[in-house]
Amino acid sequence: MTDLFSITITINGTPYESEVEPRMLLSDFIRHEIGLTGTHVGCEHGVCGACTVLFDGQPVRSCIMFAVQANGHELMTVEGLTPDASEENLHPLQASFREAHGLQCGFCTAGFLMTILAFLEENTNPNEQEIREAISGNLCRCTGYQHIVDAVKLAAEKMAAES
Amino acid sequence: MKPPPFQYFAPTTIDEALALIAEHGYDAKVLAGGQSLIPTMNFRLAQPGVLVDLNNIPELAYISLDDNGGVSIGAMTRQREVERSEIIAERVPLVHETMPFIAHPQIRNRGTFGGSLAHADPAAELPAVATALNAQFRVRSQSGERWIPANDFFVDLFATALEPEEVLVEVVLPEMLPRSGYAFEEVARRHGDYALVGAAATVTLDQSNRCEQVRLIYFSVGNGPVEAHQAEAMLKGQELTSEAIQAAAETAASTDIDPPGDIHASIAYRRHLAKVLAKRVLEKATTRAISGD
Repeated sequence: MTDLFSITITINGTPYESEVEPRMLLSDFIRHEIGLTGTHVGCEHGVCGACTVLFDGQPVRSCIMFAVQANGHELMTVEGLTPDASEENLHPLQASFREAHGLQCGFCTAGFLMTILAFLEENTNPNEQEIREAISGNLCRCTGYQHIVDAVKLAAEKMAAES
Repeated sequence: MKPPPFQYFAPTTIDEALALIAEHGYDAKVLAGGQSLIPTMNFRLAQPGVLVDLNNIPELAYISLDDNGGVSIGAMTRQREVERSEIIAERVPLVHETMPFIAHPQIRNRGTFGGSLAHADPAAELPAVATALNAQFRVRSQSGERWIPANDFFVDLFATALEPEEVLVEVVLPEMLPRSGYAFEEVARRHGDYALVGAAATVTLDQSNRCEQVRLIYFSVGNGPVEAHQAEAMLKGQELTSEAIQAAAETAASTDIDPPGDIHASIAYRRHLAKVLAKRVLEKATTRAISGD
């Protein structure tokens, strides 16, 4: 047993304190210690993108970071998109995924949403090529990506209309 | 899978980090962005006893102008920062052009400039680009510091000239000379994947538009960056016509490299790509050198 480290990580605005082994992956911390299971773990070696979360506002893969490294930092997970967890108040990005059929089994979706959220903040009116590059780090085995691209376009329109 | 247990240190100064590395010697592994190291630990291909995390050392992350007109990049500067840096875009546009090809945005947000170089993956873009630019690597240990030119830094597959107690702390990219051009190209199955073959070129022309200097560096075709020496020799002193470039590209692909064949690409296909990419980067670099872009 290695030493435990006391850490505080703010997730979706709430600070969480915990003691962790340094080898605990950030993805496992989010799911098993905090119980926020919206973040999914696919490949666990940084390829599939399912575990993508925002780390200080930037999308990163939480399965190839240690929880101890996030000490003092801010995370946002998919739960942060809909703070009241109600269907009526889905984030426009989530609503777009539902309307455009941007998901089937849904396993990869949380990772896509977090990746695209950061992307659309930087590029409010992306073309298809830019969208495909932006999502190139996320794997989806159901949709063939076309409906995800459609969902991103729809989300860009919705988010532009709202702002 | 999950990584095996290790002792973890998060120093806040370079000196502290160097002392930890000296103390733990071969057991210690430096953790930079972790985008290659942590996956290998998750697979348990790597089981370092001690991790020295450099992520809390602010003095290792910067991009600044060098006294000689070049650019100095702290080893822990995130790849995303390099990609977005105006100084890089203006002074070392070859690096600016290359950054979007490195993995995916999520990886570049975390991955570091120095980490990619010190990892020395033969399929990585930055070692080839640093070699094409004659970058200088500043490495430190408790007993002092030394400079290693890119040509000598990459030794073999995932192997560099770094000694176990040394850490790469800075990379200096010299300013492009006047009448110089550059280009970067790669072919990958999917944007962000490791390239099947990639190439970087720099060209400097003399007053009569003949080739004064040329570097053609491949990656993903050997154990590290591979310089196409024979092709370069064919071009030096010559006018860079499309015929001359075509001939050099054929020599580069057939003689200068010895690419591997695997399920992703046969040897013949990699040679074909190497020829096409050499032609493209040399032509683009020449055009840019002439137009002064």
